[in-house]
Amino acid sequence: MSLLHWAILSPFIAALFIPMLYKRFRKIHTGWFVLVLSILLFIYFFMFLSQTRDGRNVSESLAWMPSLDINFEVYIDGLGLLFSLLITGIGALVVLYSIFYLNKDKEKLNNFYVYLLLFMGSMLGIVLSDNLIVLYMFWEFTSFSSFLLIGYWYQRERSRYGAQKSMLITVFGGLSMLGGFVLLSYIGDTFSIRELVSQNGELITHPLFTPALLLVLLGAFTKSAQFPFHIWLPDAMEAPTPVSAYLHSATMVKAGIYLVARLSPVFAESALWLWLIASVGIVTLFWGSFSAVKQTDLKGILAFSTISQLGMIMSLLGLGAAAIHYESMDEDIYVAATVAAVFHLINHATFKGSLFMAAGIIDHETGTRDIHKLGGLMNLMPITFTITIIGAFSMAGLPPFNGFLSKEMFLASMVSVTEMDLFNMENWGVLFPVLAWVGSIFTFVYSMIIVFKTFTGKYQPEKLKKKPHEAPIGMLIPPVILASLVIIFGLFPNLLSSTIIEPAVAAIQPGAVHVDIAHWHGFRVELGMTIGVIILGVLFYLTLAKWQNIYQLFPAKLSFNRLYDALLTGMERISLAVTRLFMSGFIRTYLVYIFLFFIISLGYTLFRKNALTIDMKNTAPIGIYELVLAGIITIAAIAILFAKSRLTSIILLGAVGYTVSIFFVLFRAPDLALTQLVIETISVALFLLCFYHLPKISRKEERLAFKLNNALISIGVGVIVALIALSSHSSKYFDAISKYYVENAYKEAGGENIVNVILVDFRGLDTMFEITVLGIAAIGIFAIIKLRLTRGKEEG
Amino acid sequence: MFHAILQISLLCVSISMLGLVYRVIKGPSAPDRVVALDAMGINLIAIIALVSMLLNTPAYLDAILLLGILSFIGTVAFSKFLEKGEIIENDRDL
Repeated sequence: MSLLHWAILSPFIAALFIPMLYKRFRKIHTGWFVLVLSILLFIYFFMFLSQTRDGRNVSESLAWMPSLDINFEVYIDGLGLLFSLLITGIGALVVLYSIFYLNKDKEKLNNFYVYLLLFMGSMLGIVLSDNLIVLYMFWEFTSFSSFLLIGYWYQRERSRYGAQKSMLITVFGGLSMLGGFVLLSYIGDTFSIRELVSQNGELITHPLFTPALLLVLLGAFTKSAQFPFHIWLPDAMEAPTPVSAYLHSATMVKAGIYLVARLSPVFAESALWLWLIASVGIVTLFWGSFSAVKQTDLKGILAFSTISQLGMIMSLLGLGAAAIHYESMDEDIYVAATVAAVFHLINHATFKGSLFMAAGIIDHETGTRDIHKLGGLMNLMPITFTITIIGAFSMAGLPPFNGFLSKEMFLASMVSVTEMDLFNMENWGVLFPVLAWVGSIFTFVYSMIIVFKTFTGKYQPEKLKKKPHEAPIGMLIPPVILASLVIIFGLFPNLLSSTIIEPAVAAIQPGAVHVDIAHWHGFRVELGMTIGVIILGVLFYLTLAKWQNIYQLFPAKLSFNRLYDALLTGMERISLAVTRLFMSGFIRTYLVYIFLFFIISLGYTLFRKNALTIDMKNTAPIGIYELVLAGIITIAAIAILFAKSRLTSIILLGAVGYTVSIFFVLFRAPDLALTQLVIETISVALFLLCFYHLPKISRKEERLAFKLNNALISIGVGVIVALIALSSHSSKYFDAISKYYVENAYKEAGGENIVNVILVDFRGLDTMFEITVLGIAAIGIFAIIKLRLTRGKEEG
Repeated sequence: MFHAILQISLLCVSISMLGLVYRVIKGPSAPDRVVALDAMGINLIAIIALVSMLLNTPAYLDAILLLGILSFIGTVAFSKFLEKGEIIENDRDL
C-alpha cells in the first residue's frame, strides 16, 4: 500500500475520527481539523505536477480481489491530477468557508464533516482509479454521501425531497453505468481503463460496444445533470451552501464529465459517442441557460447555470472526439475543443465556487436568497459585490476574466463544427453554433441578473429578516481566493496551459499537443459572436420585464419535474393497483394461483418433452377385491363433496381412511395397516372436536356451493397427477434397490421385520426427525392452547 | 375348494360393506351412521381375517385385534359425543 493509497483513503480514515474530535474538543470548530487534512492533500497532489507535466504518469497497485481482476489501482495522469487538485483545493476552501458558515453550537458538525470527508475521499477515488469496478464503487459512494449532504437539514421536507430525487436519479445512472462497465470489461477482457484504451480500435467491432457506450453515457449524463436528467440539481440546492458550492458546482457534477473525458479514447471512434455527447451537451447548455433566467432564487439561478455550463463542457468533449478521425491531417481545431473543455472545467470550478459562496454570504447576512427581496446591497457588502461581479462577468464571458477565454474557445469550436465533413455534420452541424450562441446570450442575461438585481436598485430593508452587513473575514477569504484565481487565470492563462491543461488533454487525446491560450486571436468569427452576445444580452436584460412573461405560459407545461413527479406517483399507483389486483387476501385465490401454475407448468412440460407414455406391460393383474375396495373408496370420496352436513363429511372421511387401511392389508403391508387404523381413528376424533367447537353462527349446514372454476381446477389437478403417475410408472429405467434390504435385513441388522429394520436401522435418521416433527407438533399444540397472551391481558 | 370358499365369503362381506357404506352416506340420522360405521369395523375385521387366510400369513392378526379395540373405542366416543356433546369431560376446570 503506497502513500498514494493512503492519500485517497485518508478522508475515510479521518471521517472515523471526526465524531470523536467533535465530542472531545467542543470549543474548537470541527472544520479546522478537516481543513488541515484537505490542505495537506492539496499540497501532496500539487507535488505530482512536475511529474505529469513531463508525461511521467504515476501508477500504484494494491491487490484487493486479485482472483476477480479487481484491484485498487491508482493512476495519476494529467486528467486525474487536474481533478484531484480541484477536489482538494476547492475542498479546502469550502471547508474554510463552512467553518464560518455553519454555527458550531447550532449545527451537527460531526455529521456534516463526516459526510463531507466521505465525499472528498470517494471523489478522489473516482478520478484516480484505473479499475472500472473500483471507480464504480467510489462513484456510488459519492451518490450516497451527496444524498446525506443534501438531506443535511433533514427536518425540512424540501431537503428530504431533494435528497431522494438526486439519489434516485444518480443511482439509476450509476447502475446503468455498472452495466456498461461490465459489458466493456467483457468486450475488452479487463477492468483496467488503460488496457481498454490500448485496444480501442478493436472494441468498436464488438456487437456489445453500442450498449456499453449507451449505458456508460447514461451514468455520466445523470451524474453531470445533463438534459433531461438535470432536474435533480436545482432541488439539491436545499443543501447547505458550502455543499452546493463543493458538490454541485465544482466536483460531483463533474464526475460525469470526468468519465466522458476518461473513456473518450475508448469510445471516440464511434460516431454515436460524438453525436450523443455533443448534442446532449448543447441542448443542456441551451435549456439550462434558458431556464436560469426565470429563477428568482439565487441558488436556483446558479443551479441552472451549472447545468448549462456542464452542458457546454460536455458538448466540447463530444466535439473533441472528432479529432481522432482527423489524425492524418494537420487540423487541430477539434483538439482545440478538448482544450477548451478542460480550460472551462477549471474556470467553471473557480467562478462557480466563488458565486455560490457569495450567494451563501448574501443568504447568511440578509436571511433571504430571493432576488425580488434583495437589492441595493452594493454599499453594504462591497467585497461580496466585487466577488460576485468578477464571478458573474467571468461566467458571462467578458474580458479580462477567464470565462472570456474559454467562451471564445468554445464558440470557435462550435463554429468549426460546420466544417466537419463526417457523420452528416454538414446537414445539422449548423445548429451547434446557433444553439451555443443563443445559450450564451441567456448566460449573459442571467449573469447580469445575479449581479444587478442583488446589488443595485432599491434597498428594501423591510423585506429582509436581518440587518445586512459585510460577512466576517473568514467567510470572505475562500471566495476572494477563487475570484483572484479567476482574474489570474484570465490574465495569465498560460500559467495553466503547459502545467495542467496539456497533460490533461494528452490523457483525453493521446498524442502530443501544444496549448497556447492567447487573448487576441485577431478578428475571427467568435469575436463577432461575443460582441453580438454582449449587445443582445444587454438589450435582453434591459427589456427583461417585457418579455419575461413568456416563461409563465411556456415552461410550466414542459417541466421535467412534473414528468418526474408524475412518474413517481404513477409508478406507485400502478404497482399498488397491480398488487391489489392479485393479492386479494383470500387463501382460496392464492390456492387457485398455485394449482393453476401447477397444472400449466406440469402439463406443458409433460407434452413439450413428450413424456406422456402409458405402458401397461408391467402392471399387475387387478383382482376383484381391489375393484370392490376402489369402488368403496371412490364412492366415499365423491360423497364427501355432496355431503350436506359436516358430520357426514367427517364420517365419510373416516370411511376413506379405513378403506385405505384395507388396501394396505391387501397389498401386504401389516405395519402400515396398523398405523393407519390408529391414526385414522385419532384424526376422526380430532375432526369431531373441531366440528363441535365451530361457532354457532357460521355453522351453516348446507351443501358445498358449486363453482365451475374450482371444479375445473380440481379435475385438472387430478388428471395431471394421474397422467404423471402413469407416465412415471411406464418409464422405469432401473430396478428397485429393495432387493438389498430383503437380503440383508436379518444378516446385517438382525431383524425379520423389514419395514421396522429400515425404519430404525437402515434409515434411522428419517425416523429421528419424524419423531422430532411429532414432538414439535405436540409442543405447538400445547403452546397454542395454553399460551394465550391476548386473553391474559384482558383478564389482567 | 378352500380358496373358492374364502373368495365367496370375501365377496359377501364386501357386499355387506357396500350396503353399510350406503347407510353411512344416506343416514338419515347420525346414530344410523355411527352404527353403520361400527358394523363396518366388524366387517373390516372379517375382511382382514379372510385376506390373511388368502395370503396365507399371520401378519395381520395384530391389525384384527387393534381394529376390535378401535371400533369399540370409536363407537363409544361417537356415542358419548352424540349424547353429551363432548368426548372427554373436564369437570375440574382449571
